[in-house]
Amino acid sequence: MIAVAAFYIFAVAVIASAVMVIASKNPVHSVLFLISAFIAASGLFVLMGAEYLAMVLVVVYVGAVAVLFLFVVMMLDVDFVELKQGFLQYLPYGVVLAGIVVVELILVVSVWVFPSEADLARAHPSPTVAQTVADPNGPTNIEALGLILYTDYVHYFQIAGIVLLVAMIGAIILTFRTREGIKKQDAAAQVARTRDDGVELVDIQSGQGLS
Amino acid sequence: MAAIGLSHYLIVAAILFAIGMAGIFLNRKNVIVILMSLELMLLSVNINLVAFSQFLGDLTGQVFAFMVLTVAAAEAAVGLAVLVAYFRNRGDIAVEDANLMKN
Repeated sequence: MIAVAAFYIFAVAVIASAVMVIASKNPVHSVLFLISAFIAASGLFVLMGAEYLAMVLVVVYVGAVAVLFLFVVMMLDVDFVELKQGFLQYLPYGVVLAGIVVVELILVVSVWVFPSEADLARAHPSPTVAQTVADPNGPTNIEALGLILYTDYVHYFQIAGIVLLVAMIGAIILTFRTREGIKKQDAAAQVARTRDDGVELVDIQSGQGLS
Repeated sequence: MAAIGLSHYLIVAAILFAIGMAGIFLNRKNVIVILMSLELMLLSVNINLVAFSQFLGDLTGQVFAFMVLTVAAAEAAVGLAVLVAYFRNRGDIAVEDANLMKN
């Protein structure tokens, strides 16, 4: 009973937050509602038994991605009211299109016949490792994920690492720039300085200043 | 209120996906909100993957959800970097004017 109530609370929170993300006038509010949507979604993940993924969602999205969005929204000096123009113009199209898609997807879900336990057992006579560790009486969620992520799916794990590496390099290269006219320490230039560059000996005639 | 089954999660994910899609249409000028809508759509995909993983008793779906999460984080980082670079060059982030390559 509590699980059912929790599902509806989290589901309504996710959808309401998502609506506010696309509808609010101020992008800062959009980012904050995005954070709210992710937290509610992680609640749904916990209800489904994917505890580790729920925690990763909070850490990665709320901790990193949402803060990145917030940083960029606040850094860019843009007139967001002007960018909001055209919202009402596109509103009918957007609502109609979203309505069509959601009706289609719900039709697909409602007419689809879910396989029974017997069907699943027949489709997989000998269960895979990923299926055996998903047993509720078996290892905990994070333990089970560790058992398959570093063995059967180790290549996917490494590909994910490469994707992150490429994204990091790409983001640095895209935003890197050398600005002219700013004072900056250059260790190589300091080390390469000779005495002649820095010291000038001047003979000063007695009684005259240094002109 | 019946017990919560697979279809409940799938319908929530479907609604979330449609909202994300509508967000791309409604905020055609604001790239930041478009990126946030993309994040919403990827989140709905993750909900689908985890729901199927749980109800079919196969942990592969959660491993794939990790991959989607990784790609979503990478996409947000690179997308925002492109946005910052674009803002530096143009002083604006209106995507409708982004036709430099055409001219």
